[in-house]
Amino acid sequence: MSYILIIGAKSDIAKEIAREYAKNGYNLYLAARNCQTLEGFANDIKIRSDADVVLKEFDIVDFSSHDKFYKSLEPKPFGVIVVAGYMAEQKECENNWVKTFNTINVNYTGAVSILNISANNMEENKHGFIIGVSSVAGDRGRKTNYIYGSSKAGFTAYLSGLRNRLNESGVKVLTVKPGFVATKMTQGMDLPPKLTAGPDEVAKDVFKAQQKGKDIIYTKSIWRYIMLIINNIPEIIFKKLSI
Amino acid sequence: MRGVGAIGNLRMLMNLNSWGMYPTIKNENVIFENKEDLETIIVQKKSFIAYGNGRSYGDSALASDIIYCKPYNYFLGFDEKKGVLHCQSGVLLSEIIEAFIPKGWFLKVSPGTKLITIGGAIASDVHGKNHHVEGCFSESVDEFRLMLPDGKIKICKKGDELFHSTCGGMGLTGIILDAKISLKKINSKYINQTTIKTKNLKETFDTFEKYSDMPYSVAWIDCLAKEKDRGKCLLMAGDFADDGDLSFKEKNKLNIPFNFPHFALNKLSVKAFNWMYYKKVSSEISFQKVGIDSFFYPLDAVNNWNRIYGKGGFTQYQFILPKDMSYDGLNEVLTAIANSGKGSFLAVLKLYGKSNSNYLSFPMEGYSLALDFKIEKGLFEFLNILDEIVVKYGGRIYLTKDVRVSKEVFEKGYPMIEKFRNFRKENGMDKKFNSLQSKRLGI
Repeated sequence: MSYILIIGAKSDIAKEIAREYAKNGYNLYLAARNCQTLEGFANDIKIRSDADVVLKEFDIVDFSSHDKFYKSLEPKPFGVIVVAGYMAEQKECENNWVKTFNTINVNYTGAVSILNISANNMEENKHGFIIGVSSVAGDRGRKTNYIYGSSKAGFTAYLSGLRNRLNESGVKVLTVKPGFVATKMTQGMDLPPKLTAGPDEVAKDVFKAQQKGKDIIYTKSIWRYIMLIINNIPEIIFKKLSI
Repeated sequence: MRGVGAIGNLRMLMNLNSWGMYPTIKNENVIFENKEDLETIIVQKKSFIAYGNGRSYGDSALASDIIYCKPYNYFLGFDEKKGVLHCQSGVLLSEIIEAFIPKGWFLKVSPGTKLITIGGAIASDVHGKNHHVEGCFSESVDEFRLMLPDGKIKICKKGDELFHSTCGGMGLTGIILDAKISLKKINSKYINQTTIKTKNLKETFDTFEKYSDMPYSVAWIDCLAKEKDRGKCLLMAGDFADDGDLSFKEKNKLNIPFNFPHFALNKLSVKAFNWMYYKKVSSEISFQKVGIDSFFYPLDAVNNWNRIYGKGGFTQYQFILPKDMSYDGLNEVLTAIANSGKGSFLAVLKLYGKSNSNYLSFPMEGYSLALDFKIEKGLFEFLNILDEIVVKYGGRIYLTKDVRVSKEVFEKGYPMIEKFRNFRKENGMDKKFNSLQSKRLGI
């Protein structure tokens, strides 16, 4: 059975995506820092689904290790899903370069680094898929979240270009844009329940979209329309808003 | 991250409701995801209640401080020889079903929704269509681990006071960490179902007795039917088929995306629905082969079905009467309901088997009726009248569904309440674990 590589496997969304793929007959490489903390989770998946689960030590900001990491995967993954993400408070980022730098490195540079390597391999084999979990925050920069947002905007543009490039080789690229998701990352935020998805919902949407060969999805789907409105506000007005 | 309080490192501010969407209160909730964090939380926090998947109807899992247990949801082990699953308390019954039907296992006891956590199933000591054969959920629990007010962890087995106070104890004895659950072997994902149409309450009772050997039975009853039709029902009895087909996939669900306006449900629309439901079945007795989901969990097919009652919320009134009192008692209750014109889509009647030795478990040998009511003016006064009938015939109200019963009525139904209260006091549980319900009823 094919293996799926999940980058950033400790996040709530990644875990639910892992369960979803395992349930549907895929084996898993779960890549994260201190991956031994995922042993209990790997056991959980094995009981639920009989899938093979391999834990892989991986640091997304240790760019130079990525090549060796990918080489170590045998068999090569049929699909690569980048879920790793880092979000710090906007105000903190503005005054703390380390946090800003980390935001960019996790959400953009690191993702690009590992996907460059995976994409070359998949293009050569002419099969496989790539999923990048970006964010609605990448659709337009807002004063409350633009450092995180711009790193995701870069990632969204990267995925769009990658899709264009790989189209000919038959390798599918899916961009996932979650709105609010109730996870550890959003703990403490006052999220409106109707616009907030659970990580399990996101995972189901992602799996379905990938199986159908979609290009871009919003989850919850209502975010497509919210962002349509936000993206169409003229800049002259937008710059005065607090949203 | 926006700054949040000091206890634990995981905290959400989203308000959690119960299934009835009444009452709504602001709550501060902490996510329970690992044991070490939980110990700190338990020791530091003053008073709180465990919350699973929010499917209890009333105020039994509501408080201003909540510990949200659903994320604590790993499967820990499965003994294939014995069919015993070890899992954490946030695991949903639906997850167990999805993973184990293909392997030929099903829950020994399952309530009418699979969207509840293992912790919730134990705390409510839930029961299902096979209560007359298999008893409550606790019968299928080999053991579980419980975190006490001082953060210490105790293993609880049948015979222990902690076991019998915690099963059915509404989360008021501690936080359930994980449990070992016995599953039952099945050889099909289908149920062979017999549907019997009865004309009145007498016939309904006779039919329950006649089919008492069937492992699963339940009746849908038309509460608005009057006089000679009173107590007419569709009774469904069944058992697992034996065709070896175990392929199981979760179906897509319908969704009710918003609360219905308050006028959508009224006497006429409910009457029309009930009439159609009853008419749909043309012969006195018929046989069907139906899937596990449609037999056990018909309402789970619609997400958020609680929204049809509007944003004011609803409650489910469920009571049980001792068997020898059931006929007279139900007659009186059904008369009162039909005369009031308040009624619900689904009124569910079932004959239960013997009670167990848990302090606060609901079931006893006799008939139970459950029906939904939209929360509206005059409802609670009306339910108080039904309470009087229930008390008169020696019955009790189900805490998992309740949001309004009086302390007096509650106490009359649960003779072991003093024992439970004393146990809580002796172990300092009354200071730590409290819900709106436990405060209301002085549990």
